[in-house]
Amino acid sequence: MNTKTNHDRTCRAPKSVKGYSIKTSPDKTQIGGQVTVTINDHAIKVPLGTTILEASKSLGINIPTLCNHDDLCVAGVCRICVVEVEGQRNLQAACAFPVTSPIKVRTHSRRVRHARRHILDLMLAKHYGECYSCTRNGNCELQNLAEEYGVDFYRFGHLKEPRYTVDNSSYAVVRDMDKCILCRRCIRTCIDMQEVGVLGAINRGDKTKIATFLDKPLAEVICINCGQCINRCPTAALKAKDPTDEVWAAIDDPTKHVVIQTAPSPRAAIAECFGVEPGTALTFEMNTALKRCGFNKVFDTNFTADLTIIEEGTELILRLYKALVKKDPGVAETIPQFTSCSPGWVKFIEHFYPEFLPHVSSAKSPQQMFGALIKTYYAQQNNLDPANIVSVALMPCSAKKFECNRPEMISSGYKDVDYGLTTRELAKMIKEAGVDLLKMEKSDFDDPFGSATGSGVIFGATGGVMESALRCVIELVTGKKVENLFDHAEITPVRGFEGSRIAELTIGDVGPVPDLLKHLVPDWNWLRGVTLKLGVCHGTANAKKVLEDIRNGGPFSQCQFIEFMACPGGCLGGGGQPIPTTPEIRAARARAIYAEDRRSTIRKSHENPAILSLYKEFLTDGPCGKVSHKLLHTHYVARGKYILA
Amino acid sequence: MKAKYMSPLTFSTILPDEGLKKAVSIKRSEILAEISASKIKGRGGAGFPTGTKWNLAAAAKDTTKFIVCNADEGEPGTFKDRIILMDHADLVFEGMTIAARAVGSKEGILYLRGEYTYLLSHLETILQKRRDNKLLGDAILGVEGFQFDIRIHMGSGAYICGEETALIESIEGNRGEPRNRPPYPVDTGLKRHPTVVNNVETFAWCACIIGNGAEWFLKHGTAVSTGLKLFSISGDVERPGVYEFPWGITVSEVLEKCGGRNAKAVQIGGASGYCIPRSQFDRKIAYEDISTGGSIIVFGPDRDMLKVAKNFLEFFVEESCGQCTPCRDGNPVILDGIERLEKGTCSITYLNELRALSETMQVASKCGLGQTSTNAFLSILEHFKDECMGRGRE
Ligand SMILES: Cc1cc2nc3c(=O)[nH]c(=O)nc-3n(C[C@H](O)[C@H](O)[C@H](O)COP(=O)(O)O)c2cc1C
Ligand code: SF4
Ligand code: SF4
Ligand code: SF4
Ligand code: SF4
Ligand code: FES
Repeated sequence: MNTKTNHDRTCRAPKSVKGYSIKTSPDKTQIGGQVTVTINDHAIKVPLGTTILEASKSLGINIPTLCNHDDLCVAGVCRICVVEVEGQRNLQAACAFPVTSPIKVRTHSRRVRHARRHILDLMLAKHYGECYSCTRNGNCELQNLAEEYGVDFYRFGHLKEPRYTVDNSSYAVVRDMDKCILCRRCIRTCIDMQEVGVLGAINRGDKTKIATFLDKPLAEVICINCGQCINRCPTAALKAKDPTDEVWAAIDDPTKHVVIQTAPSPRAAIAECFGVEPGTALTFEMNTALKRCGFNKVFDTNFTADLTIIEEGTELILRLYKALVKKDPGVAETIPQFTSCSPGWVKFIEHFYPEFLPHVSSAKSPQQMFGALIKTYYAQQNNLDPANIVSVALMPCSAKKFECNRPEMISSGYKDVDYGLTTRELAKMIKEAGVDLLKMEKSDFDDPFGSATGSGVIFGATGGVMESALRCVIELVTGKKVENLFDHAEITPVRGFEGSRIAELTIGDVGPVPDLLKHLVPDWNWLRGVTLKLGVCHGTANAKKVLEDIRNGGPFSQCQFIEFMACPGGCLGGGGQPIPTTPEIRAARARAIYAEDRRSTIRKSHENPAILSLYKEFLTDGPCGKVSHKLLHTHYVARGKYILA
Repeated sequence: MKAKYMSPLTFSTILPDEGLKKAVSIKRSEILAEISASKIKGRGGAGFPTGTKWNLAAAAKDTTKFIVCNADEGEPGTFKDRIILMDHADLVFEGMTIAARAVGSKEGILYLRGEYTYLLSHLETILQKRRDNKLLGDAILGVEGFQFDIRIHMGSGAYICGEETALIESIEGNRGEPRNRPPYPVDTGLKRHPTVVNNVETFAWCACIIGNGAEWFLKHGTAVSTGLKLFSISGDVERPGVYEFPWGITVSEVLEKCGGRNAKAVQIGGASGYCIPRSQFDRKIAYEDISTGGSIIVFGPDRDMLKVAKNFLEFFVEESCGQCTPCRDGNPVILDGIERLEKGTCSITYLNELRALSETMQVASKCGLGQTSTNAFLSILEHFKDECMGRGRE
């Protein structure tokens, strides 16, 4: 892709830590030489430039780390990974030391163990809080190391008073800097990985702290709520805002009807919170567990994922029709259409590229569509007073907590979605309810939204929205079964984990316009022989590249439709998912998601019978019609980067 | 400060641009060989052989290379670089130009300590004169293709920015924080290009070495520590200032010259150096014995050595860049320990914990600051134990 940018106007953050990234290319054999390194008397040949840490790993030697993270460039700041390198007076950071000559290393000598213990002692001396009152109790890298290195007293003391106030301002991310060990993973995540640049280090010496611009509350800066920093924080210094108390209160209130919709990604990951290998989906076991926790109904967000496909797909068809047939230059300028289902991405574009907002589909995200339908369609059907419905959304995402609190998200006349729960928070609720998730029998989702399609499931992976939309568009336009074009209807060109990619699809013969869309376009002839270019991109750093490319007239400007997701890997790598996260863990979750897609019998949104009856009974003027616009579509705010408040 | 040089400087006797003229008349490899032969070691404190550094940079395969002069001079009790820049800036620029010729660089940067802003216009004037005289710019001294210029980058008052990789970060516009090494600046430096970073004095001596030959330089100093060295002497002495001595001079000889005969201790190497008691005043100031970037601070009989240690630690608590755990969080713990010693509330057991912690800081910190910040504390504890212990309980 075109990487040439004239002047990178968006890079507001210094690429501070990029300068000395030493991560070598994953395919190290391509680089050339091999070198022998001897670690604790075991010799191993590694490609030149491999770090001591990586070399040790392949020998089964665990070196503790805190600032190092597989997704991020090297920092070498916590020093917990120090090892002895023969011939060097000082200990060396294993995560940052590239092997370029045959060296001898000791990873757990007396000197090393003492140094590590001291480093932990120092961290704990400035750590305020106790593990038993902490969200990360049992899942904290600092706590684990304290145990591993036998910390049984506070050698250099322990804080009795907090030094900072907790920043609770954001709907999504809570910052408790009294638990921060200054590993700077969050900075590298936010600057290098997401290229948002909310967080940075300020001050020097022991006054050093992680801060936002002018140390403002998180809600007042350009944080997109993606929560990627939470997923990489080794401690509880960063956590999601937890609404479980409110959710329990609603469950315990007999006058409330509490429903929960569950997004596709949590079910592919929640098992990790119960000690199961990544890549195990527990969809139907989780349904039972949710009922046992006391939720009245359990719905599948895949239903509105299907609905999103129909609405967003129709919007795309309308845009193309107006641009290509009606020759409307105003509309032509808003092509490519961008997806809108990732609230982190939406806030990103609102802050950084507000001039591109007309490209963003007005369709709400599946979560918010569901919210609007539950307090209208579902309430009417079941004779419920929407005022007594508490609508909870289980999401892999922290930005969804912000999204449901956006002031415009009240199309039902009530707050459409009351609470966003993350995968991690639900796992805690399940544990608190004394439910053994792994032993639950399976149960299905509740009607009237019960049946969902595979297409909805794959929303959780990068490229999934695109693939679902394509399955739909291909059939609606050509009238042919997508299975005849792609094996198992798997449109593999849009799958994968590259940061951004373009797939092309040429429409051959066209069929008749299906009933659902008849009132919108007279025929498909204008699409005959047209090659659709479809872009997919995940992680906002990649989004930035794609948008700059469009600005410069590069290949992405030729696309008709681009899927954007704020999080690396898509929702399955969302900021509400189980911790830790690594590229391997995300790949395992993706496998679980695609496996579920394969298992589902109906694989196309427009064939979902519940969707069809929704249009028949409720959204009677069809996709992108008046009712749908009121309930299922939204608008955006050009926020810009300069926060004046 | 009124400090001036208190002994005649060799720099004053050097003919202008002798070295540079010689440098353009010989091969690049010959320049490198001459510097290596002189065995000169860096004058900024770390004492890395300059010849090796230049050779590595010359061998690096890159069309862009940088020559950076470290004029951050932040080590407490050091002011010799200021004197050199004031009176012999031409020599420094000449040294940088010779380095550029030797390693193949077109761009030089002088990183000037923020507090030295008043030197800026003086230095700019000299640079302009050198450009006018064809000593900088295109075709230096009429040699086709020998192109080099120097700009001045102002520091902004952080001690850590004297550490060469933090200095590079600072030039790049980032927070002044040391990088991981390896890779070293000669390989991956400013903007990821090979970069030679040398101290002000190092460049000045290099110009003299090329001008007068390595043999001349080797006449001074010891076998390991060759040549002459500028020292900044301060504290309880009659004649503080900048002195030029050969390496290998003993502490008592130094005290003799500057009028500090009744000193009870001498801190050699600035805040990050070691504190030497009277009983060790016969030790040599040289890389092989006690080395220094130039700072010598003398303490008279009435000085409270624990206060001295406290003073240094306060400096490091303040100046640590805050990046790595041992230094950021270790220095305050040591400082707190010193305060306990002052109050007489530090147990022997805890003192031993602090000693052990200091050792961890020395071996586990990321850069020279944290690796040396406890030197003063440890050496004062070792040599002035009675003064440190048993306080506050009279
Ligand atoms: C904390 C710290 C501060 C330093 N400050 C200076 C300084 O002010 N001036 C200087 O020349 N070198 C300083 N150095 C040494 C430099 O890192 C580097 O070794 C030196 O500039 C190399 O030049 P040389 O080989 O000519 O001495 C400092 C090192 C450390 C660790
Ligand atoms: S962050 Fe970790 S170490 Fe700190 S209180 Fe929480 S669980 Fe314990
Ligand atoms: S939530 Fe995302 S945007 Fe906000 S600080 Fe964390 S990484 Fe940055
Ligand atoms: S907030 Fe978390 S990730 Fe960020 S520096 Fe602190 S401990 Fe590390
Ligand atoms: S040792 Fe101190 S100054 Fe050096 S990197 Fe670590 S914190 Fe920064
Ligand atoms: S893990 Fe290596 S320094 Fe932090």
